[in-house]
Order: sequence, then structure tokens, then C-alpha cells
Amino acid sequence: MRRSLGERLWAIAVWALVGFFVINLLAMIGSVLVNSFATHWFNTWLPAGYTGQWYSLAWNEFGLPDILLVTVEVVGAVVVLSGLIGVPAAYAMARRNFPGKQAVMLLFLLPLLVPPITYGIPLATVLYRAHLAGTINGVILANLVPTVPFVILIMIPFVEQIDPRVEAAARVFGAGIGRLFVQVLVPLLTPGILAALLLVLVRTVAMFELTFLTSGPTSQTLVVALYYAVFAAGVRPGQSVDAMAVVYMITTLVWLLIALRFVNPSQIVTRAKQ
Amino acid sequence: MSARLSLRRRLRERGLDAVTLLVLPAVVTVLALFVYPFLYGLMLSFQPKEGGALANYAKFFSDPFLYNTIGITLWIAIPATLLNVVLSIPVALRVRLMRSQRLLTTILVIPITLGTVMVAEGLLTYLGPRGWLNRTLLFFALTDSPVRLVHNYWGVMLSLVITGFPFTFLLTLSYVTGIDKSLEQAGAMLGARARQRFTRILLPLLAPGLAITLALAFVQAFTVFPSAILLGAPAGPTRVISIVAYQAAFEQYDYPLASAIAMLMAGVQVVIIVALLAARTLVFRGPASTGKG
Repeated sequence: MRRSLGERLWAIAVWALVGFFVINLLAMIGSVLVNSFATHWFNTWLPAGYTGQWYSLAWNEFGLPDILLVTVEVVGAVVVLSGLIGVPAAYAMARRNFPGKQAVMLLFLLPLLVPPITYGIPLATVLYRAHLAGTINGVILANLVPTVPFVILIMIPFVEQIDPRVEAAARVFGAGIGRLFVQVLVPLLTPGILAALLLVLVRTVAMFELTFLTSGPTSQTLVVALYYAVFAAGVRPGQSVDAMAVVYMITTLVWLLIALRFVNPSQIVTRAKQ
Repeated sequence: MSARLSLRRRLRERGLDAVTLLVLPAVVTVLALFVYPFLYGLMLSFQPKEGGALANYAKFFSDPFLYNTIGITLWIAIPATLLNVVLSIPVALRVRLMRSQRLLTTILVIPITLGTVMVAEGLLTYLGPRGWLNRTLLFFALTDSPVRLVHNYWGVMLSLVITGFPFTFLLTLSYVTGIDKSLEQAGAMLGARARQRFTRILLPLLAPGLAITLALAFVQAFTVFPSAILLGAPAGPTRVISIVAYQAAFEQYDYPLASAIAMLMAGVQVVIIVALLAARTLVFRGPASTGKG
């Protein structure tokens, strides 16, 4: 099929648009990276000199060791808990038809459709009344709201792929639900569980709103600490804020790259087959 | 014993057995941490610090400093949403023809993963008066003095494009790849030009997906928060509704007022989503996807 001149021009225009977007995106990341190593950078394309001092400054001044520890604790707990709660629920949703299943499905869809800041403010209020806000436990609880339904929606198609006769055979040989899960389902579901939990990990590292609304001075994760660093820009050299931003970028992007070995990039957006 | 067994059996026939109970922990989690706080917030919004049950809402709609935030937020969210979705359609239609989409989709998923705070810091460096963008504009003599793109409306708008366009694009791409290619080929064989194939075949088939994309993209843009503070002018042109809700809760400690504002945010979102989904049922003309999608 020969394409007309107009169609070819249109194709070029569309690709130019994509290229323009990607170039600006990479330049945005690149300028943060370059600035974090700059001694000083004024009216030139590149900084006058390079140094690694901003990283040690950020490491000490922002208290990065503590922040990273909190981040690991929060993310680890959220990943484990949402897996433990979400995977069995996905199994039940995939295998059983029960009255009110539609309503339960809607219940799981809502926290993914409603943006975090909308439900985060009432949730933070409740957690403050329960004296949980400001603590690591409060942050973990708040982060479970989007991650548990997320795990369920990702896992349902994975469960549906398993032949029910495999489970029936295990039941015939006398396996209870516990053994069925540990010895049959979890090994078969490993790719799905890895994909779901890695995506939960990436999302929780980057989850700003819920953590911001429910954390206190000792329960900040990296992204919240980065927000406060940018918010108070001017107090510290811009390069040390960018150094912290680079630490944050590396933390998220490493896990993103690992996650992308198991999932399609578009799955991060479309959440699950609906 | 037999009565118990038959009850269990009857329950099982309705799909309720031990396996079904595995859904309970997740249901309890969402009920306790999502539904209950929402209802609690709704109740709390009718128990203002002073005045009658509706005092919080009356306060919101009588103080221009508060009610103007709805207009300000819509003034940012609607153009950003439309721009992202309108740009996504031609790009997704083009990318669907690519054999290997993986590199492009991986690059585009980066800003979504980094999140709004990181994008705000990146744009502050990149769009600032001494950043690479202004340097390029000055180099090519496209401007005499640096263009101001941060700490104003445009900073927030650009951050919504950087994080929002990849989102709408990936969503649109997943809907576009669900459309059977032979439908378009049939159109071409019957002599339809590219424009006609788009308006007569692709667009009607894409409409239901586009309605969902628009709804999700709008809801995200409407709740813009960190970039409105970091990249915008949070005291004026980008004083969005989430900022006043946050300030009411965590600066004035007026939780009832904050809850009322959060409920109004949810209300605007619901109105827009219902309107879009209602429009979707008006234009929906039957299933278009063929297995894939």
C-alpha cells in the first residue's frame, strides 16, 4: 500500500512529537544528574567542575541512612502484607462465584480509581484519632489501601490460568487449603506473585500522597524526605537536593528495571485486565 | 450433625466455603482503611467546629479564597487532560504499527514511576532560568530573556503533561491494540481514506476506552498536589483544591472542614466520571475487540 505525501508528513509529525517528548524527558533527568555532580553551574552548558561532595553532604544533612531504613521497613512490610492478604483473596475471587461478588469487586476497584489525596485526608484523620498517624505502622496501613486491591487485580488472571484439576488432584490426595497453597499454588503462581509484588514495591517507593499525609518526622520515606528537601530549597545548595533526587531515582528505577523483566510496561498503567 | 452438614452443603452450593472466606482479610482491610474513613469523613464534615450541620459547606462556598480553588483546579486539570488524551490518540495509532514497542514504552513509563515529586524537582532544574531548555531557546535566539516556566501556571501544566501523557498514551495504546486491524483494512479496501478510516471506524470503536482514559486522566490531574506546591504558585494561580484541603487539616487542624473539602473533591470527580461514562453508553455501538485487549 503506497502512502500519500500527506500521510507521510503526518507520520513524521507524530514521530517528531514523540521525539520531542522523549528528549525533554531525558534532558530533565540528565540535568538533575549533572547538577548533582556540579561544583558550580552558572551561565554555561555544563558545570565548571565536578565533585562527589554533594552526595556525602546529602547523606549526612538529610539523614539519608535513617530515611532509607524507614523506606526499606515500610516498603518491605507493605509488600509482604499485601501479598499475604491479596493473593488468597485473588484465589477466592478467581475460583468462586458467591453472592455479592460484583460488590466485592467494586470494593477492590474503588481504591484504585479514587486518587490517594481524596481518601488520604479522611484516612489520615482516622489514623490520627487512633494515634497511628506519625508512626511507621500508620504509614504501612495507609499504603495497604491501594496495594491490596492492586495485588488482587493483577493475580486474578494468573490464578485463572491454572488448571483447576491440579488443585482437585491435590485435594484428592488429602491436601488442606494450607498445604494446597504452600505446595501447589504458590509454586505455580510464582511469576504472577513476583510481578505483582515488584509492582507494589515500585509503587510504594514512589507513593507520595498517602505517606506524606500519615507520616511524622521519624516515619518519612525517601519520596517524602525529597519533597521536604525541594520544598525548603534555598536552605541548602541545589546540588545536594539533586544528589538526594538521584538517590531516589536510582532506588525506584533499579526496581522498575527488575519489575520490567516480569511485566509489560503498559501493565503498570492498566493495572490489570478488566 | 446432619443439619450442620446440610447447611454447609447448601452454603457451598451458593459458592460459600472455606476458599471463599480467603477473600475476607482483603475485604476487611479495604472496609476498615478505605470505606470507613470515607464514611467517617462524610459524617465529620457535617459536624463543624462551629455552626450548624452544613456550616463547613456554607463556609467553603461563601469564601472566595476557598471556592475559587475549584475553578483554579479545573482551569489546570481540564486543559492538561484534553491535551494529553488528544496527543495520545495519534501517537498510539502510530506506535501500534511498530514491531518493537518495548523501548518506547519503557522510556515512557519512567516518569510515571518516578512520581510527581521527582518530576517537580527535575523540571525545577531543567526549566529554570539557567536550565538547559532556556539555554537552548537563548542559543537559537528564540527568546531574548529566559522564559519563566516555573513557579507559575505553566510549571504545573508541564509537570501534568510529563507524568500524564505517558499514562494516557499507555492506556490508549492498550485500547487501540484491542481493535481488530481487519476492520480498518476492510474500510481501506472499500476506498476510505485515512481520515475517514479514523473518524468512521477507529474513533467510534475507541470511544468507550477513551471515555475511561479521560475519566482516569482527569481525576489524576484534578488531584494535582505536590507539583502545584513545588512548581506552581501555591498562594495564587495554582492554589488547587487539594492544597486548601491539606492546609485545613494539617495547618489549621480543622479536620471537619478538611473532610468537607475532601468530600467536595470526591463529588466533583464522581460528577465528571458519571458524565463521561454516561456519554460512553450513548456512543457505544457493540463489542470491537477480538480476544486481545
